[in-house]
Formats: sequence, C-alpha cells, structure tokens
Amino acid sequence: MSELVYESKGIIVHIKGPVVEAEGMRGAKIREVVYVGEERLIGEIVRIEGDKAIIQVYEPTGGVKAGEPVERTGEPLSAELGPGLLGQVLDGLGRPLEVIAEKAGGPFITRGIKAPTLPRDKKWQWTPLVKPGDDVVAGDVLGTVPEGSVTHKIMLPPTIEKAKVIEVLPEGDYTIEEPVVVVEHIGGKEEVKMYHKWPVRTPRPFKEKLAPVELLVTGQRVIDTFFPIVKGGTSAVPGGFGTGKTVTLHQISKWADADVVVYVGCGERGNEMTDLLHTFPKLVDPKSGKPLLERSVLIANTSNMPVPAREASIFMGITYAEYYRDMGLHVVLTADSTSRWAEALRELSSRLEEIPSERGYPAYLPDYIASFYERAGRIKVRGRRDELGSVAVIGAVSPSGGDLNEPVTQHTMRYVGAFWALDKDLAFKRHFPSINWLRSFSKYTGGLKEWWIKNTGHDMMAYRDKAMDLLQRASSLEEVARVVGEAALSDENRLVLLSAELIKEGFLVQNAYHEVDTYCSPKKQALLLKTLLEFYDRARPIIDAGVPISRIAEMKSLGLLRRLKFVPEEEFENAVKEAIAQLEAEISSLLAEVR
Amino acid sequence: MSVYGLTFKGIDQVKGPLVIMRGVPGAAYEEVVRIYSEDGREWFGQVLEAGRDKVVIQVLGDTEGLDSNAMVKFTGSTLKIPVSDEMLGRVFNGAGEPIDGGPKIRADDYRDINGAPINPAKRDYPDEFIETGISAIDGMLSLVRGQKLPIFSESGLPHNEVAAQVARQAIVPGKAERFSIVFAAVGLKYDDVLFFRRQFEEFGALSRSVLFLNLANDPVIERITTPRVALTAAEYLAFDLGMDVLVIITDMTNYCEALRELSSAREEVPSRKGYPGYMYSDLASIYERAGRIIGRPGSITFMPILTMPGGDLTHPIPDLTGYITEGQIFLDLDLHNRGIYPPINVLPSLSRLMKDGIGPGKTREDHKEVSDQLYAAYSQGTKARELVQIVGEAGLSPREKLYLEFARRFEREFVAQGFRERRNIEETLNIAWDILSILPEAELTRISEKTLNKFHPKRRIAAQAEGE
Ligand SMILES: Nc1ncnc2c1ncn2[C@@H]1O[C@H](COP(=O)(O)OP(=O)(O)O)[C@@H](O)[C@H]1O
Ligand SMILES: [Mg+2]
Repeated sequence: MSELVYESKGIIVHIKGPVVEAEGMRGAKIREVVYVGEERLIGEIVRIEGDKAIIQVYEPTGGVKAGEPVERTGEPLSAELGPGLLGQVLDGLGRPLEVIAEKAGGPFITRGIKAPTLPRDKKWQWTPLVKPGDDVVAGDVLGTVPEGSVTHKIMLPPTIEKAKVIEVLPEGDYTIEEPVVVVEHIGGKEEVKMYHKWPVRTPRPFKEKLAPVELLVTGQRVIDTFFPIVKGGTSAVPGGFGTGKTVTLHQISKWADADVVVYVGCGERGNEMTDLLHTFPKLVDPKSGKPLLERSVLIANTSNMPVPAREASIFMGITYAEYYRDMGLHVVLTADSTSRWAEALRELSSRLEEIPSERGYPAYLPDYIASFYERAGRIKVRGRRDELGSVAVIGAVSPSGGDLNEPVTQHTMRYVGAFWALDKDLAFKRHFPSINWLRSFSKYTGGLKEWWIKNTGHDMMAYRDKAMDLLQRASSLEEVARVVGEAALSDENRLVLLSAELIKEGFLVQNAYHEVDTYCSPKKQALLLKTLLEFYDRARPIIDAGVPISRIAEMKSLGLLRRLKFVPEEEFENAVKEAIAQLEAEISSLLAEVR
Repeated sequence: MSVYGLTFKGIDQVKGPLVIMRGVPGAAYEEVVRIYSEDGREWFGQVLEAGRDKVVIQVLGDTEGLDSNAMVKFTGSTLKIPVSDEMLGRVFNGAGEPIDGGPKIRADDYRDINGAPINPAKRDYPDEFIETGISAIDGMLSLVRGQKLPIFSESGLPHNEVAAQVARQAIVPGKAERFSIVFAAVGLKYDDVLFFRRQFEEFGALSRSVLFLNLANDPVIERITTPRVALTAAEYLAFDLGMDVLVIITDMTNYCEALRELSSAREEVPSRKGYPGYMYSDLASIYERAGRIIGRPGSITFMPILTMPGGDLTHPIPDLTGYITEGQIFLDLDLHNRGIYPPINVLPSLSRLMKDGIGPGKTREDHKEVSDQLYAAYSQGTKARELVQIVGEAGLSPREKLYLEFARRFEREFVAQGFRERRNIEETLNIAWDILSILPEAELTRISEKTLNKFHPKRRIAAQAEGE
C-alpha cells in the first residue's frame, strides 16, 4: 500500500531527547514550526543541513520512532494577539492550561494537545472607531473592546502598512474570528479580525524609543527609594535560593502601578504559580477596582514541564507585553527565572554539539540575553496617535552556588538599568527584601528627583543620599566592631550604628506577608524616611552634651519609630507626630539629667 | 515500522552502561528493552537514542558479562511498574520488583515511572499545617501537607533519626488518619535501612508503608529508577486511593552521583563539578511530583534526605535542590557536636510554604510574628557568639551579652528535645515566649503591640495583676 506523501512532509531519522533529525525537509525555513511524529508534537526547526532539518521538540519525545513523519506549517513560532489574553494562564507555547486539562482529561499534562491561546467562542463588545472610506496606517485604532481592566484597542496590524477601510461591522458583540473590518491595500482586499499572529522572536515595531523617566511605583521601599525602576526600565534580581527573588517578583506583579502585568514562571515551582492563581483573583487592582487577575497574563512553564518550552516562554511573554504596550499602556513583565531560560539554551546548544563557551553556555549567550532585555522600553506607539506605551522588564537570576560571578548574572548586569543583588546573609537573618544596599545599583535615580518632589512634596532623593551615607558609614564601623567589639567604639560611632539599624529595621525591612507593610505608598515612604533620619539629627547633639549611648538606645520612642511602618496610611501622619513628640520629650529629659 | 516485540541477535558495542546497535530502524525513543546473554542472564535497558542507523541503549545494572552475542528484545513500552493497594506493607527493589519473598503484585494498573507533569492550573495550594512535634520545625519551619521539604545533612549527623521522628509523630491536626509512608533507600548501607524498618515496625507503620530498596552494593544505575519508582507508587496511593503519603527518600546525593556517572559514560559536556547541565531539570522532574491536586483527596508530602559533600551548602547537589524544593531543614555539625538533638540550624533553613499553613485557625495567631522574632534574635545571638571568639565575653556590650544568653537558651530549650519527645504547637510557642521574654520589649520589633499584649508573659502577668 503506498501512501501519498505531501511535499512538505519529512521523515524522522534520529531522536535523542528533545532533538529530532528529519530528512526530506528541503525548503523548510529555520525557526519554522513543525509537527513531529504520529502524535504531531510541536517542534521548531533550529538548524538546516541540506535537506535535513534539526528540530527542537517542545513536548516529551518518548515513544517516537525513526520513520515517523514531520509536517511543516510554513510559519514561525507565533503568539496570538487579541482580546482574551488577560486573566489567562498559559504554558510556554501559549496554550491555556485549563484547556490542556480539559483535553487531557485530568490533572496531568499529556502530549500532542493543540489549544489556541484565545477563546474562539467568546463574544466581545465591539465599538468601531473607523468608517468605510477612511485611510488607515499600521497601528491605527480601528475599534475597541473592553477586556478585563483595560480598553483593548484593535489596531491595524503591523503587517499592513497602509490601507483604505471598505467595510466595518457595526457596534455589537462578535467573536475574534469575525472580520470586524475589511480594508483594501496594494495587495488587494484583506479582512481584519480582532486578533492576529506575531512571531515571538521578532520585536514589534514602534515609532521611537524614548528615555524612561517616570517611577514605576512598586510599593516596596528599598526598591522605590533606594534602587528604583522606571516605566519602560529594566532590572535584574540575582540571588541564591531562598533569598527572595520570587517574593520580590510576586510583590511587584501585585503592587506595581502598571496597566498590564505579564508574569512568566519559567522553569520554577508549580506551587508558586498556584499561589498566584489563588491570590490574584482575590486582590483588587487599585486602579481599576477589578481583581488583579484581570490585568494579568500568567505563563507557567514550570521546572517539570519540557525544557525547550522554557526557552520559548520568555519570548512569548515579551510579545504579549509589547502588544499591550502598543495600545498605549504601561506594562510590566516579570520573569522567574531567566537563568532557567538560559540553561534551556545551554541544553539545546550542547545537544546540537556546539562549541561551549563559559560554563558550557554557548558563545552567543550575551546576545541572547540582550535580545530579551532590549525589548523593554518606553516608546511612541505606531499609528496616527500621540500615545506612549512602555514595557518594564524584571528578571530573576538564579546563579549557581549563589555566586554572582557566573555568566548569566554577569551578562545580565550589562543590559539592565537596575540591579537588586539579594544577599544570603540578610536572608538568613530574615532581613527581607534581602537587597544588599552596598552591592545593588539603579541608574534611574538621577532622573527621579523631580518626580518625588512633584508626587510627594519631598526631596526624597536627598533623604536617600543621607540614609545611604549613614548605612555606608555603619558598614565600615561594623567591620571594625567585628574585630574590637561594639563596646570599644566611641558613643558617636555607636549612634551611627544605632541610626543605621533603625533605617534597616524601620525602613528597609518590609514584610510581604504583613497586611499593612506589604505595600507602602511613595508619600508614606518619604515621610517615614524623613522621620527616621530625624532620630540621628536629634540624638547627635545630645551625645556631644554627654548623654551616654546606652541611655539613648533605651528610649521608648525608638521602639515607636521602628514600628512606624506598620501604621496604616490613614493614621500615619498622626503616628509620626506622636513618635516625634515622644522622641523630643525623651531627649529633653535625658539632657536635663546630664545638665 | 516498529520493532515492537521483535528480538534482535547481536549488539555492536558495549560501552560502560551503554549498548550500541545498528540496523534497528524502528526502535522508539525511551522504549524499554530486555537483553539476554547466551548464558541466560537478563538485563533491562532503555533506548537513549533512536536513529535509523544507530540505536543507543542504556542498560540498568552492571553490564559485565554482556557481549556481542546477546539478544535484544524491544518491548514497545516505556518503563512501567504495576500498582495496587497490595503494595502496602511490601518491600521492592529499585526496579519495583518484590524482594520480600512475597507474591507478585496483582496490578490495578501499570504506570510509567517518569509520571507526567502536574498541570500547574490543577494544583491545589498546600496550606494545611502538619504538626511534627519537633519545635524547630513546627515553630520556625512549618511543614504543610503536600510540601517538598528536604533535610540537608552531612554524614555522621542524625538525619535518619529526624526523618524517622517526623514519620512517627506527624499528624494533620483534626484529621484522624495517619500518613502512609513510601520509603526509598538509594545507595544506602543495610544498617540504615534496618534502622528505618525497625522504626516503622516499632510505631506500627509497616502495614501502611511501602519500601523500595537500592542498597550500596546494588547496581548504581538502579539508583536512577528508585526515586521514580517510589514516587509512582506514592502518586497511585495519593491521587488514586486518596491517601496522605509521606515520601522519604535517602540519600539523594547517591542519586546525583549516579546521574553524574551516567552522564560521563554518555560523554556529555559536564556543568559544575562534573554534574550534568540538566541535573536541575532532572531533579525537578522528581521533586515536583509532590503536592496536592484539585478535586482529589490525597497528597504527597516529600522529605528527601541528602548529605552535602563536605558540608558545603553551595555544592551543586544541595544548591540545585534548594532551587527546586520548598525550603530545606539544615542539620549542623557544630550543634551536633555540642550535643543538641535535633541539630537543626534554623538560620540557613527555610520553609517556603509556612506562611499560608500557620496563623489563626491553623496554629495560633502569634505564630508568624514569634517565628520572625526568633530568627532575628537568634541571628543576633550567633553574631555575638562569633564576637566572643575575638574579644572575649568581657568585650561585649550588655545588649550583646543578652543576645548571647538568648542564643544559648534558644538552642538548649527550644531546638533541643528528645528523640521520643513530642511537643504540640502550643507548647512550642510557649517555650518561644519564655525565651523571648528575656529581651527588652523594644528589641521585639517583629512583634506587634497587639500580640505583645496578648502573649508576652510579663504583660500577661501585669494584666492579670490589674484584673485582680
Ligand atoms: N519581602 C518578604 N517578606 C517576608 N518574607 C520574605 C520576603 N521575601 C522573601 N521572604 C521569605 O523568603 C522565602 C524565600 O523567598 P523566595 O522569593 O521564594 O526566594 P527565591 O525565589 O530567591 O528562592 C519566602 O518563602 C519567605 O519566607
Ligand atoms: Mg524563586
């Protein structure tokens, strides 16, 4: 019996883990998506040698045999972009996990499941903004639909540069498969639906990249005040296991003042995704008043899911982020962990027998990391509208052995604007977030002075410098104290230690699980830091007057100051007044004693 | 064009645990094969590379005695074991075959030992407190039902005792049923196995446990299958039969070493210290099998034991493990040498799932704050202790002396307890308050005013006096 073989079908000749070789693939393109074997597993062509293609398969290949077919699709790995992304939980290839569960008929993930990202049967409430006869260019808004907590703009996709509108569906409810607009361009007529596909490894176009200048408020004090990130900025969070990377990213995805959040769980724990799935529907987005889940896209490609899909998941995520950016929205993408993503690359590279560079990573690792972070930014959107959008990217880095000198951390450091170095010793003492104030940096602080003054009325960057100075002095004094003991230091120096301790306990330490402390507004941050700095300013003169440090350390007001952060925003100003009044009273009585 | 069911005579090459064959074009990737030598010996193997021109097979067991005349039979299936409730009370080897002289298991089903990933959207969040009766764990590293929490140890430390004590004492408060136990020994000495067996026997758990034994003198390659076989059994008990299963696997370091050996036999490019670059993902495929599933009653709580080579926490084995598991219980040589049992050093230890498993309605409302404060204070205390080494106790400030005393009492009264001593969570937290109350209240910055009022022993006494 002979079988009709399509020209586009190849034959598997070798299988080794996720890497499959197929022959009869002439004409196939690099990065083309293919279906591998009888079960039609999803794969991507990563190398072409004559009529042979090397394929990276995104699903487990157990049971696949030489001789089975490979089907070509002619398309690169793409993201589906349109209404229906928000609130979804997707795997690294953009398949909704709920649909996978349905099709698999149980809680375990099986192979060969095809599930489109966007729901096909859901109807969206379409409001057209163009009419027949209008000239439109790529990026122009054709109409809108409400989606979750945003107004989703249906734009002329980047693939159509210029066109004339011929037909428009009237206001009403439609699925994404219905052509809401028909346009005519040089190539002829084209139907425009509410969604289109975009290759995930290609950045989406924009008019112009602008310098990012606006603080991305995260509500995390040590970040906003000491090592801020801006809308459209980039940041890396490196740290050994248990230092707080994931909690930091969770906090940001909960509290950041963004319109849309894309959370990519890449090669990490299943229960951490479950945690988000449990909390996001319950937490309310202060901006829209809707559940947080409705402004979020979650990608879960956990550590036990196929490794190659980790590699894809980050590009999938950044493509979603760019799409919402193009609507003129502010987007935050958090990726936990970019190290697992780089390791997936290393694994593929080693299976392809490429020459390894540092620690087995391929020599092109830096370009690869750059290709991700460079898709962040604040931009002018395309189309004839004067709108800005941004994508901020925050990536966790999991250095092996906690050693920040390894290649992924080092290369990442070169491309990010902020660097939050997590510190094992701080984590061991439960000083969280364990962001080390001496080893972290943010290149954005310079531009934010005005922002703080305008938004809080405080010159926060000046407070920051003052606090930083105290912390640095304390750190060198601690070195000395480690050798001679604290008791051997002068009272003046011990006051520096005490004041720095107050800033650490009272400001830097922030408990993600405390109902008040979990979020701190910029206004509260400013007033809190100002108040804590006053302790040093007021105690300093009385040391000169001869009050012993031991008496100062016993002051009741110190306890009040240390716990000020737990006071809710509404009561905060009053609590500050009380604490300062008590501090003043205690200081006068101490002074009276020595006089 | 499958070779399923076919037998081939003759192999081209034997290289360590690998067998290479040519001219078997239809072999399936990861398919299991049986290999027979002319003198009637039998091996298990698995297809590692399936090519039209070349098939590479990884053989389980020692390949000595294998030669080019061997017969190879392709089974068309991946590695599966029979599962049923008859496994309870039985002992198996690392390939899942009974070794207790009893009959074969009447299979309810056959399951692939690699399992399949749990869909993250179908996981149920673990948030039920397990009371182990050990203060350091319950108070500061609370274990929850469905968590994976390893013990990081060193050879010579009592990790077996700690694991056995947990197995003996663990209960979910309010639930009548006890944990079933799946125990797997990976490259263990017989003495250690005997210890666990006696323990299970002594507290009457043998009939609700399943043992998988790969001893030190058993084939190294079976160390790769042992944990997987054990978890396959555990998954069946938990997610099919609805049992709460506690899985103890020891020593995962032997597993990792077997993985390294195998990788080097395959001539793969090694990552740190010769361990393969995929060890993280490989370990994750084991550890992530713990958990709970929406709509199913059972759970897998996983307490693997590993010994840190050279006591080094940054060694690739504990390092990669810590990146995967939901915390770690760190046993400390120094505490052990000072006679503290269990020698748990809480500072490098962590339970990531503690936050949702404790608090009002689960343990007690002050639990979280007390735990945070204990960490902060004990860390101050250890800092003071280091200082004593340099400047002597006389060089300490009064505050530092207080913390030194705190650390001493914390270790002696809170951490230390008997192997047979079971403290409930109330007792644990009360001991904590006793020790915390030697510090001035201004130092208790992690505890709110409200909690201080309700639980601080001095305030309670004062409140009582006022009331009278
Ligand atoms: N801001 C925080 N507040 C309170 N606890 C924290 C905070 N950050 C981290 N932790 C604690 O540290 C543990 C480990 O944090 P996690 O983010 O999971 O670490 P990593 O991702 O670096 O391994 C958490 O389970 C939690 O107990
Ligand atoms: Mg993490």
